[in-house]
Amino acid sequence: MSLKTAPPRGATSPPQPPEGPRRPRNPHRRAWQGWAYASPTAALVLVFFVVPIVLVFVMAGSDWTLLGGNQGGNLPENFTAVLDHRMFWPAVTFTLKYTAIATVLLIGLGLGLAFLVQESTRWRAFLRTAFLLPTALGLASASLLFYALYSPQVGPITPLLERLGLTDGPVSVLGTADGALWSTVLLIVWRYAGFYMLLLLVGLQGIPGDVYEAARLDGAGTRQVFLHITLPLLKPSLALSTIMCVTGSLLAFDQFYILTKGGPDGSTMTLVQLVYNLAFESKRDIGMAAALSVIVLFALVIINVVQLRMMRRNPDE
Amino acid sequence: MKNFSRVVGRTPYYVVTGGLAILFLYPLLWTAISSVSPQPGSAQVDGYGFGNYVTLAHYQAGVLTYLGNSLVISVTAVVVTVLTALLGGYAFAKFAFPGKDALFLLTLAILMVPYATLLIPLLIWLKQIGLNNTLVGTGLVLAVFQLPFAIFMMRISFESVPRELEEAALVDGCGTLSALRRVLVPAVKPGLITVGLFAFLAAWNDFMVPLYLLGGDNQPLPLALVNMRQQVMGVIDYGATQAGVVVLTVPCVLLFLVLQRHYVNGFMSGALKG
Repeated sequence: MSLKTAPPRGATSPPQPPEGPRRPRNPHRRAWQGWAYASPTAALVLVFFVVPIVLVFVMAGSDWTLLGGNQGGNLPENFTAVLDHRMFWPAVTFTLKYTAIATVLLIGLGLGLAFLVQESTRWRAFLRTAFLLPTALGLASASLLFYALYSPQVGPITPLLERLGLTDGPVSVLGTADGALWSTVLLIVWRYAGFYMLLLLVGLQGIPGDVYEAARLDGAGTRQVFLHITLPLLKPSLALSTIMCVTGSLLAFDQFYILTKGGPDGSTMTLVQLVYNLAFESKRDIGMAAALSVIVLFALVIINVVQLRMMRRNPDE
Repeated sequence: MKNFSRVVGRTPYYVVTGGLAILFLYPLLWTAISSVSPQPGSAQVDGYGFGNYVTLAHYQAGVLTYLGNSLVISVTAVVVTVLTALLGGYAFAKFAFPGKDALFLLTLAILMVPYATLLIPLLIWLKQIGLNNTLVGTGLVLAVFQLPFAIFMMRISFESVPRELEEAALVDGCGTLSALRRVLVPAVKPGLITVGLFAFLAAWNDFMVPLYLLGGDNQPLPLALVNMRQQVMGVIDYGATQAGVVVLTVPCVLLFLVLQRHYVNGFMSGALKG
């Protein structure tokens, strides 16, 4: 360890593990200090993440009710009970359907909005703020807001339809299966379109201008530029947005709990809403709810791994 | 003439984007106005005024209690998140220690686990450690959910601080802690503001965690509002609900408008490096 072998400092160092900034004074001390600074993180992660994860697996294998507590192990039973539950497959189907609709709409609209506000002018700055403002609301606040907006008593929908002569009585948009689905989708689009606009805007602005210029010089039209330049270069941002949107939609809860509670007639029951119902409403069976949430966890991990794989393929072209 | 045709050419653009902006702002304006408008079945049967806010103020434990709960939960979450991420980000960016990568990955793994999966065992586990139905316990849980983003953000922030800055402080005889306090904290302040802002908005607005973990007089405002709507079966006081939405939303919108730059930057750093 002579001084000469020390790595060159000035040159931009590759992502080497950052060693002690001075000569290795006492490596043990640095390591000890590192742990000291990381210890709050470690403690929080251990107490509020690792322990609950272990516990949820124990619960999923136990006969555990909300009021009765743990009544011993019963390994496969919670899982078979969940798979046999009459709402399980409808919830799977509905969750996937909702995820597909929400993802297509949000990514499509997010991209559209990003194009509309791409350049920076005063008007576009205002537009960006307008589109982003709903993002500042909590999902629960936004859902309550739309719950009132959709209500036949105070919402603007019934008066509007009456004025157009389309109805002569109160219209309950949340009262039918389709109405409940699309009303929720509209809420989600309002709340999240700006969020995906921002993510995609960051991607758009990362594309260097001379790439476009070169394409234009070569005589490419708007459509060609979009298909052959913008989309491929936007792929990382699109991938990130899609993963976030799919994950968020698969775990949808607040909006359905507040707007529909899974109704009418279980038509908007998502998996996470079913977890809640099993634990607190219909069954009060914590073990079964834990089993379902373990299933959801594995499904999510698998879906995320598959998505990451698909996006990693041909990472640069 | 050229100018004129340019304006005409841009007209469809202004019409479309202006229309969209109205659509996005309409629900916010509608709630704000309805909360002070006359509505059947509310305290505001005729004339404009703040009757709905009065109803809200007197609902069960009173809006101030619920607002106070929200505030305690949010402040706990923000303080814990910011402090933990500050120290943790420093550790991950500037120190080498055994288990570092494993701990970092474990922290990021929190992102992969749904709330619902963690909340069921937390319901039982918090009771074991004496934190069930407590505002602080809920604040801690919310802080943990913020950790992946916060640690990631602070690690990037610390890594982008030039080495020489910290070295100079260390050579001058500072310990690592005073180097952190005197030199590094000012340098990573934008990151800290972003982390704090995100933690606040997430904790202030969260619904699901309190739904599982809190009840009675310990409810934060979003949960109390949803329950208020459900408990009066059949007759929903939409006026009070809308007043509640306004009370919940105003701080978020103000914070958002004031700290918009940090908000946007937070997304960007997540998007570019993620």
